[in-house]
Amino acid sequence: MIPNEFEYLRAGSVDEAISLLQAHEDAKILAGGHSLIPVMKLRLNAPAQLIDISRVPELRSIREEGNTIVIGACVTHQEIASSELIQSKLPILAEAANMIGDVQVRNMGTIGGSLAHADPAADWPASMLATEAEIIVKGPNGERSIAASDFFVGLFTTMLEPLEILTGIRIPMPATHSKSTYVKFVQPASRFAIVGCAVVLEKNNGHIDNIKVAFTGVSTKAFRDVNVENALKGKSLDATNIAVAAEQAAEGVDVLGDHFASNEYRKHLAKVYLKRALNSL
Amino acid sequence: MGIPIHVNVNSKSYQREVDARQLLVYFLRDELRLTGTHVGCDTSGCGACTVIVDGKAVKSCTMLAVQADGAHITTIEGLAENDALHPLQEGFHEEHGLQCGFCTPGMIMSALDLLGKNPNPSETEIRHALEGNLCRCTGYHNIVRAIQFAAAKMREEVTHG
Amino acid sequence: MASMIGQPVKRIEDKRFITGQGKYTDDVILPQMTHAYILRSPFAHATITHIDVSAALAMEGVVAVFTGKDIAEAGIGGVPTGWQVNFRTGETMKEPPHPLLVKDKVRFMGDAVAIVIAETKALAKDAAELVEIEYEEHEPAIFAAQAIQDGAPLVHDDAPNNLCFDWELGDQSATDAALANAYHITTLEFENQRLAPNAIEPRSAIGHYEPGTDKYTLYTSTQNPHLVRLLMTAFVLGLPEHKVRVVSSDVGGGFGSKIFHYIEEALVTWCSGKIRRPVKWTAERSESFMTDAHGRDHHSKAELGFDKDGKVLGLRVKTVANLGAYLSTFAPAVPTYLYGTLLQGLYSTPAIYVNVLGVFTHTTPVDAYRGAGRPEATYLLERLFDNAAREMNMDPAELRFKNFIPPFDGINQPGYQTQVALQYDSGNYEPVLKRALEMVDYENLRKEQEEGRKNGKLIGIGFSTYIEACGIAPSAVVGALGARAGLYEHGQVRVEPTGKVTVFTGSHSHGQGHETTFAQIVADKLGIPMDHVNIVHGDTESTGFGMGTYGSRSLAVGGSAIVKSIEKVIEKGSKIAAHLLEASVDDLEFAEGKWTIKGTDRSVAFGEVSLTAYVPHNYPAGLEPGLDFSSFYDPANFTYPFGAHIAVVEVDPETGKVTLKRFVACDDVGNVVNPMIVDGQIHGGLAQGISQALLEGVVYDEQGQLLNGSYMDYTMPRADDLPMFEIERKVTPCPHNPLGVKGAGEAGTIGSTPAVVNAVLDALAPFGIKDLTMPLTSEKVWRAMQQKSNGHTHSK
Repeated sequence: MIPNEFEYLRAGSVDEAISLLQAHEDAKILAGGHSLIPVMKLRLNAPAQLIDISRVPELRSIREEGNTIVIGACVTHQEIASSELIQSKLPILAEAANMIGDVQVRNMGTIGGSLAHADPAADWPASMLATEAEIIVKGPNGERSIAASDFFVGLFTTMLEPLEILTGIRIPMPATHSKSTYVKFVQPASRFAIVGCAVVLEKNNGHIDNIKVAFTGVSTKAFRDVNVENALKGKSLDATNIAVAAEQAAEGVDVLGDHFASNEYRKHLAKVYLKRALNSL
Repeated sequence: MGIPIHVNVNSKSYQREVDARQLLVYFLRDELRLTGTHVGCDTSGCGACTVIVDGKAVKSCTMLAVQADGAHITTIEGLAENDALHPLQEGFHEEHGLQCGFCTPGMIMSALDLLGKNPNPSETEIRHALEGNLCRCTGYHNIVRAIQFAAAKMREEVTHG
Repeated sequence: MASMIGQPVKRIEDKRFITGQGKYTDDVILPQMTHAYILRSPFAHATITHIDVSAALAMEGVVAVFTGKDIAEAGIGGVPTGWQVNFRTGETMKEPPHPLLVKDKVRFMGDAVAIVIAETKALAKDAAELVEIEYEEHEPAIFAAQAIQDGAPLVHDDAPNNLCFDWELGDQSATDAALANAYHITTLEFENQRLAPNAIEPRSAIGHYEPGTDKYTLYTSTQNPHLVRLLMTAFVLGLPEHKVRVVSSDVGGGFGSKIFHYIEEALVTWCSGKIRRPVKWTAERSESFMTDAHGRDHHSKAELGFDKDGKVLGLRVKTVANLGAYLSTFAPAVPTYLYGTLLQGLYSTPAIYVNVLGVFTHTTPVDAYRGAGRPEATYLLERLFDNAAREMNMDPAELRFKNFIPPFDGINQPGYQTQVALQYDSGNYEPVLKRALEMVDYENLRKEQEEGRKNGKLIGIGFSTYIEACGIAPSAVVGALGARAGLYEHGQVRVEPTGKVTVFTGSHSHGQGHETTFAQIVADKLGIPMDHVNIVHGDTESTGFGMGTYGSRSLAVGGSAIVKSIEKVIEKGSKIAAHLLEASVDDLEFAEGKWTIKGTDRSVAFGEVSLTAYVPHNYPAGLEPGLDFSSFYDPANFTYPFGAHIAVVEVDPETGKVTLKRFVACDDVGNVVNPMIVDGQIHGGLAQGISQALLEGVVYDEQGQLLNGSYMDYTMPRADDLPMFEIERKVTPCPHNPLGVKGAGEAGTIGSTPAVVNAVLDALAPFGIKDLTMPLTSEKVWRAMQQKSNGHTHSK
């Protein structure tokens, strides 16, 4: 398994990477390479140039900025999983990071690379949606932020423009009393998500006054499940309310099917995993 | 033509020119002739190619050699010090943790990553840590035992200096 | 010195593997070596209408490109099969050739069409993209049951209804009569799904022609170097056998898939002769999925009849076996002589009849995969037994105890003559099941299951009591059954002048640990340290003509050949010792590495005798110098290991996900030389059998596209899919080989699959679910529960 020939270019800064993108029409951005190199090995993708941004220092940090946490695009899944800042402030991300692929993949794969690739079965999108992350991108016209809920367009497609680079993720600091979890029914061969469900909620006097529920793996793109959220707002998390909400899960969504999970089964799993997520909170 | 890279493999420094598309595993196998690292699949699934890059287990079939420029790499050939087996190598031997031996180098490298982070892993943690490595021979039973053996030995070494 | 046999000696071969010094075929780098990439058909059934290699040939770095036309023009026919099975009418099976490269019609996705040879493998791959091939697609026949229908697309024009053979075994009228009188008949129709073998080392082959000596060397990842050489030289390439050397050094797992002679081996050998440089080919995993012979793929209907007391009366089986597009080396034997002959199981069933249709389809060839035929037979029988127990409201263990063949040791009592041709060597079946029940704490487990059910927990307990035939041989018997080769083994024991010993064996180790087990035997019998013994295998130029390793035969047959040679060494050594001690041979005894005059302390050591044999100054008159013996061992019978397996599972009632909680096995593989290695063999076997039940299965669509040809889609068992195994053994020695051993390589696989499926069905019994098709994926289990819940029978 050997990729087609390409030219390797290493960028020292984001701006340099953007210039390189402008100069090379068939170039692709290389971060950890764990989405891109596999498809290049299979020769399903043959960019003429790879622009390696993995050594750009500004893309490698996890930091607090005001009331947000910013994760650089080239931070690896493992770095997120083991970050004390993430573990204390955004534990759902550490939880999700630990469920991605396997240890070797987590050691090399990056959050930016995964999000830009937009695999419908990837783990990250669910928790990005549930934490209301903003995806920070930069292009020749400067920087802009895209809400995670707008970022994922469809199967392997995002709002990222051809000359833009995903530079990081900005996540508003959750309320101190918020609770969250990411649960996953794993595809047994690839270890991607057949269903991944992220829930972030805040309770007030036993009643939910803020809840975000998102699914990955279920459809061609990850999505916020507003029906479920509405069904639970203002309610207590008792078995009846959970059951009623679970019935709403993945309703009205075009559900995927394959030889591991038909659309009917996948939809069922979305309900079960939502229930399990809620029961754990 | 080639891209110059500088890597340290098993404590030995190498300056080489590589093709952009050369995967790290082929650099190790074909250029450095370190054939202990194996290729078992094309989809980053089997883990036979696992090596340690800058302290972390990675799949060398999913990494370009140029990405490793400047890195310190340990392969199975570099694990034993002066002929003294590493506790993991010893563990695999003592507990019959290998049969055909093909997946073994990758298994040992993944286990090394685990024990670096968690010196006293439970059986469940060991099994979870091996999810990126396939073995067709052992049913994993003795691989788990081998890693438990190594973990105990390494803890003892730490305690007794 | 304590006996070495029976000791859990750590493996000699480990050191090179744990330090990265193993030498697998792809590790071999030869001067001037070129690299090959093979272009394969993307279609299951198509005609090649156009092929143009000129652009590829013109590319810099490309050495040669060959197509099916070149092969045909060279007069090369194709790789043959090694076993002949006849129609029940007596007609010979259909045996179409399997070309090295297809010239006209491709017959499965993966059929080889062209080979591109270049200076590097990257260039070979690049050039392959420049080869223009056009195909005209045809409707394929993918599933065996459809392929035999009238009007189905034909895989080979001379095989009507795609039938390779229509074979039978047993007494049809007696069986029909038995079932007609049965009080209860349990009937099941089931799939034994197709599996991809997935040795973690992909196959690799290097052809190396050396003009200076006019010799060829083939380095190849095979379980069977001599047979590959024989088939390739005599039946494919027409090369002089003595000028071809086949080397198979370290091999990264086989599981059957590396027994066979594959087209790539002959291709690289032939190409090397053409371009006069070494040619290396190593499979990519996607190629392994398409071209390593698959396993299983049976569709069967089976009926098992009982009297009102639960005594089994008769078994009738009809099986349709998918053979794939071409006959692989052992393909015809697997669904016939390795399957029908095992339908007696451990039970005294008085009447058995089986009819098997071997069917060509436009799919990857199917051949022996760990267990080969015996897992299919065991799956069928053991599913029937648990199903019958449920239907007859009996305990599944009790039903088995009622029907076990009584014990026989093969010495004081004769072997057991089955209704399906074989004669079991020795057996004692009750103890293994009794012990397995104790190990699992059966009574309490049933209570736990009952308690669980009250709380919505779905726990299941499944049984399998299996027998298998291994140590495959004897030659005369397998010859009568259609084998085109003998099934003996060769073993040479060469005592070196210093008393060290080199053993050359025709067996091949690819994970089994022969270098240790065989050395233990030699050390034990000769009374010398194990590190004085070197085991050599896997090279036709150094080892005598061997039959390779498969069918759990190496210790029983290969080990016995070594024992025979050791006996010859001791016999000749005794003459030399007697001469040195000036005593009569009859007055000597050989023990602990020395010959001693009985009742005295006068002795001569093994090393002194060996030195004398090679420096024969003071030497018996008329005796040849040297201490070096070869033997061929052709056993009197197969060996018949058996055992009892119990699986405990829990089913998630919401998702259908099955978790294997416990797996208990009590096996009897005869005497054991190295219990640590045998445990390892059982563990690995169990994982493969369990994985068939729960995880694995090749999926083709109706157009013959392989839908799960990668590790992203084909579920391999991982560490977190399996529990620690609980295993023990009983010992009923094999009466007919000198070691009393039976074989352990396949037992785990053969026994475990039905135990797991039975356990899942037991867990689902409250839903009235009688059958599920493997693999028991979460969705299948969930769907079955859904249907039954929505329907009726949901009784607790």
